[in-house]
Amino acid sequence: MSTTLVSLISMGMVGSVLAAGLVYASKKFAVETDPTADEIEEVLPGANCGACGYAGCRAFAEAAADGKAPVDGCPVGGVTVAKLVAQILGVEAVEGTHRKVAQVLCKGGRAEAKLHAEWIGPRDCRVAQNTQNGSFKACSYGCLGLGTCVAACPFDAMYMDENGLPVVIEEKCTGCGMCVRACPRDIIVLAEEPQGVHIRCRSLALGKDVRGVCSVGCIACRRCEKECPVNAITVEDNLARIDYDKCINCRRCVAVCPMNTIEYQEGKPVLKKKRAS
Amino acid sequence: MSLKTFFGGIHPKYAKELTAESPVEILSAPETVVVPMLQHIGAPAVPTVKKGDEVLAGQVIGEATQPVSAPVHSPVSGKVVAVTDRPHVNGRSVLSVVIENDGENKWVELEPHPDPVQLDRSVILDKIRAAGIVGMGGAGFPTAVKLRPPKDAAIDVLLINGSECEPYLTSDHRLMLESAADVILGAKLLAKACGAKKIVIGVEDNKRDAVAELKKHAGAIEIVLLDTKYPQGGEKQLIKAVTGREVPSNGLPFQAGVVVQNVATAAAVAQAVRDGKPLVERIVTVTGSVINEPRNFLVPIGTPLHNLIEAAGGFTEEPGKVLVGGPMMGMAQHSLDAPVVKTVNGILALSKGEAVVPEPLPCIKCARCVDVCPVYLLPLRLEAFGMHEMWDEAKEYGAMDCIECGCCTYICPSKRPLLHYIRVAKNQIVAMSRKQGN
Repeated sequence: MSTTLVSLISMGMVGSVLAAGLVYASKKFAVETDPTADEIEEVLPGANCGACGYAGCRAFAEAAADGKAPVDGCPVGGVTVAKLVAQILGVEAVEGTHRKVAQVLCKGGRAEAKLHAEWIGPRDCRVAQNTQNGSFKACSYGCLGLGTCVAACPFDAMYMDENGLPVVIEEKCTGCGMCVRACPRDIIVLAEEPQGVHIRCRSLALGKDVRGVCSVGCIACRRCEKECPVNAITVEDNLARIDYDKCINCRRCVAVCPMNTIEYQEGKPVLKKKRAS
Repeated sequence: MSLKTFFGGIHPKYAKELTAESPVEILSAPETVVVPMLQHIGAPAVPTVKKGDEVLAGQVIGEATQPVSAPVHSPVSGKVVAVTDRPHVNGRSVLSVVIENDGENKWVELEPHPDPVQLDRSVILDKIRAAGIVGMGGAGFPTAVKLRPPKDAAIDVLLINGSECEPYLTSDHRLMLESAADVILGAKLLAKACGAKKIVIGVEDNKRDAVAELKKHAGAIEIVLLDTKYPQGGEKQLIKAVTGREVPSNGLPFQAGVVVQNVATAAAVAQAVRDGKPLVERIVTVTGSVINEPRNFLVPIGTPLHNLIEAAGGFTEEPGKVLVGGPMMGMAQHSLDAPVVKTVNGILALSKGEAVVPEPLPCIKCARCVDVCPVYLLPLRLEAFGMHEMWDEAKEYGAMDCIECGCCTYICPSKRPLLHYIRVAKNQIVAMSRKQGN
């Protein structure tokens, strides 16, 4: 009897002393947190992807609470989160923030673009680009097709197709830009949602050189430039470039492109003018 | 007596017997030579000729306009047919002068000097610069720039690198055997140019015949036998082995009071100063298991790689991989149209079976890469940092000190691509510091 009692009492006493210590410590050494930042962190996606430019969601929440970061600074959360953050901070949400989606600006997969040799090293574009400039692929500007962007995507929004090109699943893409940073050849860009027309080539090589290595590359023939009714396309350094702010998605360039480099992505409203920036 | 050496390193299969006994054969220039303007580290040379111009052998066709650069000379006499981008052994397209060989081999007038050792330091330096000499061991750093370190650096030792630690290659070995006098004269001139009092030639002990040959001409020059171990010919490893001095982290050899030059560079310097002949030819080893008759050639710069392979009897079977350089640090080629440049010391063709890259397995932390790293790094950690984009950590762990010898990747029992990712990290660190500098 006495053993049980003694142990109960002694353990109980030790317990209460330690508990008192803990209570004191939690009061005395409490870390002050900004309640607004806590609230903002609650509504953020919590992916900690870093697309906002801060070291994770908490850092962004603190910056937003201090007014250092814009309320629509989270590209992953988009309009919904921007509105919630604005509500918490008691400011007006900026209307018309568009969702950004990653676009792969190369159509030269295994079927279209020539390979000089077979790549037998690690399946990583960064390594391949470091090895003789990725010259196993004949085009020195195009997609190396080893899937570094897919591995970098934190939202599972990309996959490699059978042709060896990355494909963005638009519904899943949050526009965080991790793939853009991962690509050693800079062929992925972020485009705002209603944009449907894309020039899918980054090659600065001369037209005849492009023809020699790829069947879908831009040869800088300038037909799109002439066709465009709003002067959204300019040809510079042997490459047609499109100004997404000017483009009205009329698709006339898509029709005239002899190499099928310019593409219209289905499922977008046609001829809808975007917000004036 | 144990031989001098450095910490770490590996003992790969050397396979030098394929070509070690084959004397250097002179290969005449092909009908068309392609001379790239970039054959060295630094700024490319600027072409001084245009399409349609007639050129003589030894004539300057590209001049150095930047401090770190080297002029380029025509290896043949003939007509310039194009000045355009052409494939280069580095995998890029580089501005090159394409010359149609008229077969007459007419040379510009050379300025020989019968007693070159008596020349002034500045005259020797000028002649080396004008001859377009660059480090011929592989890196291609302009020799004249390397001979003039900052004013406060006191150079007391000139090290001539005859170790040729890359497996398969024997071009330096044959050079030492056949042109030992040139190597010794070049060493004396180089020592005068950089102000070094002492000259040491380091040779691996698998080339004792070359040492004997050098000793016949050496005089006061010391010749040191080194352990046969890769990368014995690495600049910093050679300095450690021969002098016991260590080049500081992120530092250059002059900080240890040493200038290192390759034997081929020394021979080229001798020819430039004594005969006035610019650097327009070099010895190239053509070897590998799928080469019919592996051998050594003295070829004009600008000869396409396929000409050399044809001269060596072609391939016995379709190669799995063709490298320029040795198997450890060589560069894989996708096309045999690229020309020989000043830094090409060998062409190695491997069979399909030899060229297989095994699937990597997880790192088992056995630390064998740490044991062999000649610069005391932790390759396993650096690989992880490179793979996961932890650039700051990679820098902290000394990624920039990596000499890219590939010992870690060679020794790894899991066949991990260690060096591949250390290179990714190094490139990123350089890009980041450039961005911060702007």
